[in-house]
Parts: sequence; C-alpha cells; structure tokens
Amino acid sequence: MAKERCAVVGIGQTKYASTRGDVSLAGLVREAAYRALEDAEMTWSDIDAVVIGKAPDFFEGIMMPELYLADALGCAGKPMLRVHTAGSVGGSTCLVAASLVQAGIHERVLLVGFEKQSESNAMWALSLPQPFSVSINAGAGGYFSPIMRQYMEMSKAPELIGCLVAFKDRQHALKNPYAHLHQKDLTFEQVVDSPMLWQPIRYSETCPSSDGACAMVLGSEKVAEAAQAEGRPPAWVQATAMRSEANNFPGRNEVSPLASEQCAQDLYSQAGITDPLKEIDMLEMYVPFSWYEPMWLESLGFAEAGEGWRLVEDGSTQLEGGSLPVNCSGGVLSSNPIGASGTIRFAEAALQVRGMAGERQVDGARRALGHAYGGGAQYFAMWIVGSEKP
Amino acid sequence: MREVAVVASAMVQQEALVSDTEVEFMVPVISAVKEQVGMGSQDFGFVCSGSSDFLAGQAFSFVQTLDAVGAVPPISESHVEMDGAWALYEAWVKLQIGEVDTALVYSYGKTSPGSLRDVLATQLDPYYVTPLWPDAVSLAALGARIGLEAGAFTAQEMAEVVSRSLSHARGNELAVRSGDMSPEEILATPDTVPPLRDLDCAPETDGGVAVVLAAENAAERLSERPAWIRGFDHRIDAQSIGTRDLARAPSAAIAAQHAGIAGGQAHIGGKAEKLDFVELYAPYSYQEIILLHEMGLSEAAQNGLVVNPSGGTLGGHTMMGSGLMRIAEAAQRISRGEGDRAAAHATSGPLLQQNMVCVLEGE
Repeated sequence: MAKERCAVVGIGQTKYASTRGDVSLAGLVREAAYRALEDAEMTWSDIDAVVIGKAPDFFEGIMMPELYLADALGCAGKPMLRVHTAGSVGGSTCLVAASLVQAGIHERVLLVGFEKQSESNAMWALSLPQPFSVSINAGAGGYFSPIMRQYMEMSKAPELIGCLVAFKDRQHALKNPYAHLHQKDLTFEQVVDSPMLWQPIRYSETCPSSDGACAMVLGSEKVAEAAQAEGRPPAWVQATAMRSEANNFPGRNEVSPLASEQCAQDLYSQAGITDPLKEIDMLEMYVPFSWYEPMWLESLGFAEAGEGWRLVEDGSTQLEGGSLPVNCSGGVLSSNPIGASGTIRFAEAALQVRGMAGERQVDGARRALGHAYGGGAQYFAMWIVGSEKP
Repeated sequence: MREVAVVASAMVQQEALVSDTEVEFMVPVISAVKEQVGMGSQDFGFVCSGSSDFLAGQAFSFVQTLDAVGAVPPISESHVEMDGAWALYEAWVKLQIGEVDTALVYSYGKTSPGSLRDVLATQLDPYYVTPLWPDAVSLAALGARIGLEAGAFTAQEMAEVVSRSLSHARGNELAVRSGDMSPEEILATPDTVPPLRDLDCAPETDGGVAVVLAAENAAERLSERPAWIRGFDHRIDAQSIGTRDLARAPSAAIAAQHAGIAGGQAHIGGKAEKLDFVELYAPYSYQEIILLHEMGLSEAAQNGLVVNPSGGTLGGHTMMGSGLMRIAEAAQRISRGEGDRAAAHATSGPLLQQNMVCVLEGE
C-alpha cells in the first residue's frame, strides 16, 4: 500500500507564561486544542484520534495525566496515544500523529504537547536520587555545559556567540504574542553581563520555565485539499524522521551525535534536498541553551563542522535580513513548556509555510524544518513541512 | 491494511526481581527475541517501548532501558508512557506506512519497590480525586459493588472466574499464583476490601516482555507460523469516576467492534470465523465478566470459547507489561498451533478506562 499524504490544517497555542494560574491542566490543554480546531474550522466530533505528548510525569506529579485529560480533549470513544521520548517528545508526538494519517488509518488527528511546570519543580524531578548512583543535582544546564565548552574549544568560536543567539531569540520573541519572555528593553550588554550559571552559559542564555500547550490538527490529502479550496493553506508534511542512540559509549560524539546527523540526512533524502542551506527557508530548532544554535546548524548540515557560529556572527540566522532565519518564534530560549517545546518548533515551521506567522513571518517561506532533541542529546525528532505537496 | 504478524516474543515475570534493574532483566528478554528471529538491534526498521517513570521513580527512565537494546549505532525509535500493547500499536501503524518491514517492541514494569495500589491514585484527577488518595483496590471494590448491586454479575460468577484462572495458571510458568480451588472454596476465603477477596485481585509482579512484528514476506521468513494481526483497535473513556457507569466499559465495546468482533465471532476479510480463545487483561476478577459482555463474547464463552488459557493477570500482573503480554501469550499459542484464531485485550487507566483489542490468526 502507498504512503498517504498528510498536512497540518490547524494550529493552536496558549500564551506561554511561568505560571498559568488561571487554568487547570485540563483548561490549559483544552485552550490550545480548541484554538487548533477553530483554525481548522472543525469541532471535537470531527476528530478521529488524539495523540498527547509531554515530558516526565514527575514534572506535574501525575502518573499518565492523559488518562485524566481524555475528557477535556474530547477523547471519549476515540483512540488516544500518549508519547514520551524525553525532550524530543513534542516533536515525536507530531510524528506519531502524522504516521496515523500516513498509514491511512485516520483522516483527522488532533495532537497536543503540553507542560505545566508551575505545578512542580523540574529541577527536582530531574534529580531524583537513584540507588547505586550519584546524582549530580545539576539539571540540564550542568549536564550540557561541558559539551558546549567542548564545542567552543573545537571550533575556536568567539566567546560571545552564545550571547548573540540569546539576544536574537529574545528580539524575535517580541514579535510572537504567545512567547513567554517579552523583554522589550533588554540590551546585548545586559545579556553579556548576566550572571554566569554553568560556564559558558549565563542566566540570559538559558530557557525559562514555562506553562503552556501547543496543538495541531493533521489531515489527510482530502482534508488538506478541502482546506486549501476554502482559502486555508495547509502545511504539507514532506519528510519525518526519528533517531535515538545510547547515552554512553566509547567514542561518542556528544557535540554532533551520530543520531542527529543521521536523522537529518534521512529527512533530506525523503524530501529530495541536497543543499539544505539553499533549499530550506527557515528553521525552528530546539535550542534551550544558546550555544546549541551553532552546534545544531553544523549537525543538521547547514554549515561545516566548526563553522556554524559564523552564520550566527554574520546575522544569517536573524529574522531581519538573515538568509536562514532560525527560531523566529523566539525559540525555546523564550518559551519552554518542555513537553510542548518540540511541538511549538514543529508548529512554527508549519505556520511559516502557511504564511500565517504574523509579524515574525519569513517572506516567501516555502519549506521549513522543525527540530527537537532530548535525553543527553540522544533522542531526535524532525520534520520538513512545505507549501507544496510532497 | 498491510498484513503484519507477531513472529517472536519472550517474557519474564516474577513476584519480585529484587536484584535486577530494568536494564538487567530486559537484556535477556530482548536478546531472546533477537535470537528467535536471528536479527541484531540495528536490523529492525523500528523500535518502540512502553513504560512508566512513576514505577521506576526516575524521570526519563526509559532512556536507561534503551541500553538493553543497544542503540549503537543509532536506531529509529519511539516510546509511549503506556502499556507495551500501545507501543505495539504504534509499531503496527509504522509498518502500515510500508517503509519498514520489521519492528522490535518491548515493555516492562518493576513495582516491587513501592506500593502500586497507592501509586495508582496519582493517575486520577489531580485536583479533586487524588488528594483523597483512593487506592486502586478500593476503587476496584467500588466498581465491583456497583456491578453486584446492578445485577451485572454475581459473587458466584466472580469466584468461577478466579477458580478457572488459577487452574489455567498451573500450566503457565510465568504465573506467580495458581492452584486448584473450587468457587465454593474461594467464596470461603475472607474479603480484603469488600466485596473483593484477595484472590479477586491480580497479584503484583515485576516483569517484562519483548515482541517482534513483521510484515508480509518478512513475517513468513521469520516464523514458521506467524500470528497475523487481523483486527486492531483501541479506545478510551472519560475518566471521571462519578460520571461513569463502573459496571460498564464502553470503550472495550467500540474497540472490539472496530477490531472486527461481532456476534461472538471474528470478522476477517468479510467472513465470520470462530474464535478459539481470548486473552483478557482484567486485573480484577469481575472485570473479565464486564469485558466479555462488552466484547459480545459472553455467550461464546459458555460455548467453547476458552477464556485466558494462560491464567490471565489473576496469575500475575506486570504493570505496563500485562497488555503486551496478553498479545504475546495469544501469539505464542497460535504459532504453536494450539488455536487458529484469538482476541487479545489490553487495558490502561483506572477501572478499565482504556481498552485495546487485537485479533490474531494463524494460517
């Protein structure tokens, strides 16, 4: 049997904030889902199946919360799947939902990624003591900073590249009404002068802790064509890929993991892309710490090893005047509801190729890449969406 | 639909795997299925697993367990925070797309370090229900009480389920509880949480299961008698305990219907065929009666349809694993030629909230 085409036909996001005290968990996911349905001009009863993604259950202290959320998301009587692939989960959730359409099983699938970090403490959740092992109690920043230092050493990149990334993403966030951080008066100097947390990462070079949910409706070719005919452009899924590798093994390249490189190559071969820098119009990458922007640019094949920082330095990755705008939404550095963070990347890529990204729209974006990673940089999920059918 | 079959499976289940971590007890299980099909970790087109961080007591616990597969070099892989039966579903969907032909699926649960019945209270509405800490057995007792008072089943019928399950479990080396007890003897045992007796509740176990799925020619190459998946569906109900009829499981009825079960038979390719046996994931005796009713199999069960030939979960219950184990049990029996057609069922969530039905057939 042939693979069916699939497209994004509806997108909904909540406002991201450190505490969404105005809504329950159910209210939060429902807000995003309802907006996605509105965008798709559908109602709950149009949906065939629901796919939910979120990061560890300890982040809210609820075991398998989707069971309780089934009601709020209109799942009763329908199939419901809960994805969890570490930090890449928001992206994997989109890919699992897409596979339900691509396999020809469903016509309209609702997917939701969410996190309500204010309900608990992610640092605690990531540092639960385990028998026979020493907890470093360092959270994600402590884990990734040596890898970023390794990159700096290898690439000889100028010291302030990370600050440039952080400042750029915060500027982009000002154009995104959903972004958590809206730091209108932030200056580059303030980023540089912010306290050092985990060298080389300063306070302003890390992601915030956010509440939020992001939802999408995926449709079959028939559903997407009907939307197109009514003037609602779909974002066609042109390629999807997931890769995982072990956390520890001799010779592992932690700066550019093989799983990341292979995942990107799989994507390009599906989409018929030979020169990603020329053929991709914009990128939404998972960059929770500033230095990951140049690192992923290299790993995904947009620059040679050790050269990715040059795209940051010369302004190529800026929305204003850049040739390869990266994280026009403000990125993970401006909003980080962890389980939704991958979904937001995938959704922003889709918004861009639908021409619906508002003030942060990249002119003429026809093909965009959404990216997410997780674990010790060992889980990867990516997709390419475009304004044209694959 | 593309023809996909279970071609290999292996399981471990004990009262407590005290000295082993999840990685340690999953290595032999995953190695066993790889050996059965003569494949290495990198040979599978897709890998998918199911587990719960709340049982491991650690965020991202499945990341460690990936070491039992050996993801070096990288693999195409995914994970669901669900029973492994849903990981199998995700892999089956992946095979339906037609780009890969084989998948490795596994799941596991180690509940012995904690009190599962209390941990499961955190699956409920976090604002209105969990703060009351209703433990899983007490909730199940509520369901049983409602069913008994509504006349959906009797205490005698519950005891018959237990009697038959324990008897079947005698032939299952993975069972931790088995025996030869008449319904009368069972009814004479004290009730722990009335109206439930200890024997009505599945004994908790640690364990894991791995399964290999293959499509079309690959399935025929890898198994002498593949267990072909002829129908596969899963559905969920709203959770809210106060609004559900706890003596019913509507999602089980819808899943069974979409998997092709109607009138007590399996409908495969437009033909109604007799089911030889069913493997049901019913953690409490009375839930088996509810499931048979919802799946329209109550009458067939009186007329030769064998229910839970493995003894089911009343012989041993591995949280996050028992659903995939039901499918593996059914597939093994079919591959051994001990039946031509079976339905395997999996459940998740409190009081049969989520249900899956998988119809398997040997040729």
